[in-house]
Amino acid sequence: MATTEEVKKLAALARITVEDGELEAFTSEFDSILAYISQLESLDVSSDLKGEKPALRNVMREDGEPHAAGAYTKKLAEQFSKREGDALSVKQILTHD
Amino acid sequence: MTKKPNEMAIVEAARALRARELSVRELWDACAVAAHRENPELNAYLEIFDADEAAIAAAQKRIDDASNAGGEGGESLLCGIPLAIKDNILIEGHIASAASKMLENYTATYDATVITKLKEAGALFVGRTNMDEFAMGSSTEHSAFGATKNPLDTSRVPGGSSGGSAAAVAAHLCIAALGSDTGGSIRQPAAFTGLTGLKPTYGAVSRSGLIALGSSLDQIGPLAKSVEDAHILYEAIRGTDPLDSTTIAPDLYPVRASSKQLRIGVSRHLLGEGVDADILAAFDATLAGLESAGHTLVDVELPTSAHALAAYYVIMPAEVSTNLARLDGIRYGHAARGSTLLEDYVLSRTEGFGEETLRRVLLGTFVLSSGYIDAYYKKADAARAVLRREYDKAFESCDVIAFPTTPSPAFKVGEKSDPLAMYLGDIFTITANLTSMPALSLPMGTVEREGKQLPVGIHLTAPHQAEGVLFAAAHAVEKTVQG
Repeated sequence: MATTEEVKKLAALARITVEDGELEAFTSEFDSILAYISQLESLDVSSDLKGEKPALRNVMREDGEPHAAGAYTKKLAEQFSKREGDALSVKQILTHD
Repeated sequence: MTKKPNEMAIVEAARALRARELSVRELWDACAVAAHRENPELNAYLEIFDADEAAIAAAQKRIDDASNAGGEGGESLLCGIPLAIKDNILIEGHIASAASKMLENYTATYDATVITKLKEAGALFVGRTNMDEFAMGSSTEHSAFGATKNPLDTSRVPGGSSGGSAAAVAAHLCIAALGSDTGGSIRQPAAFTGLTGLKPTYGAVSRSGLIALGSSLDQIGPLAKSVEDAHILYEAIRGTDPLDSTTIAPDLYPVRASSKQLRIGVSRHLLGEGVDADILAAFDATLAGLESAGHTLVDVELPTSAHALAAYYVIMPAEVSTNLARLDGIRYGHAARGSTLLEDYVLSRTEGFGEETLRRVLLGTFVLSSGYIDAYYKKADAARAVLRREYDKAFESCDVIAFPTTPSPAFKVGEKSDPLAMYLGDIFTITANLTSMPALSLPMGTVEREGKQLPVGIHLTAPHQAEGVLFAAAHAVEKTVQG
């Protein structure tokens, strides 16, 4: 079943850090949840997968009716953790050296 | 003894407002005073709003104008009614935190569609209610801002994740409330607090402005003091919405007529074990009452239900990990800063998310990862299709399907520390989310635990878009239970 290494790897994929102290507990909880959901493996549903179409699908609409430019800018910019005017200020990711 | 204003149901308060026995201001004050008085103990509200004087005056004027014009039916019954709103539903200008540190300081930049509709109806908002973080949980213990207590026994949980909304209604800190339901998050707290709670057909109510948990499962719905109140709120919030393309036209599914004599489906093979004996007894007594009132009981087979919970705990975390990926500390929400951009993401998410959220994000990442997606996610999705077909088949011989809402009454705060034990309590509610069908819980009596009478709920599911049948059945149950 799940190992602490696997949980660590999943956490890295999910952009999360699990502290070493919590890793054991997390892994064992994870194990019991996986053991429970693995009952699905025994379910034979192959014959039921064909021809099923949901009643509502591919909802499309025309482009158009945009809101006025700048209508939400101020409100959205107020949520930024760091800003320069109305722009969101983030870490530089490309350097010139 | 006459009821205090805050103890009234929507219909009672609406009548009193129109009869000039009560002003909108008095009704607001009664709710706000009770909320401020009780909240330190219950923690039902994360924030109690200041009175919106303009909205109160406007609601009073609408009621006065309608009655001066001689009509009483012109205005919505929700005009001037104070409601509580779950903290994952956006109200412009107010914080919407989803009870997470991640969004502790996030102020909504627009109204959810349901809020727009309620504002148009003249409803008032008492405050935003506590919940399990991002609606993940069944007890409201997983809030970043402390657990909510059950007003009927404060050593117990009110259920979850809409536990704050349930506690606020049950303790009369508002007239009714909105919650959201992804696997039972309206219906289970309704059962634990003696209320009526509805999860509408998927797509019946717009999700625009609802902070997403599982996008294929989430629906907003009412928590109310009676079936009639739940129906009034549902009618006010439902409808297609260009801002949510999963909302459905009124005629997407075949119309189901409701007859006076209902055929109630019961799946005995799923009630064998795990349900408390006295809950089963209350369930049987309710069914017997329905039978003697002229309704028919029908045996239905739902074999794949045994796998429904497993399928749910694959699909839901998969959608959670996808939905919560947007919270990265950059544009809004908790923003921690490290030395690289990657560290910014990791620190913000690790600090911002609580334990249950982390658990489900990891689980979702796992079931969607290469090598496991076929064994878990695709299998779960197929099981979901089979389950839906079984329910469709069962509804050929019955109008609604009944279960107890929960296997046990409200449990003690801290009692369920094992996550899997907590998940197993959702066994009867999750199928309606998986099949997209409407379902409702209403009180069916009480059971005794440690000398206290605790409410228990009966759970009814109807075919897609057959909310009319569902409400008719709920009224029949209400009549039976109340004698």
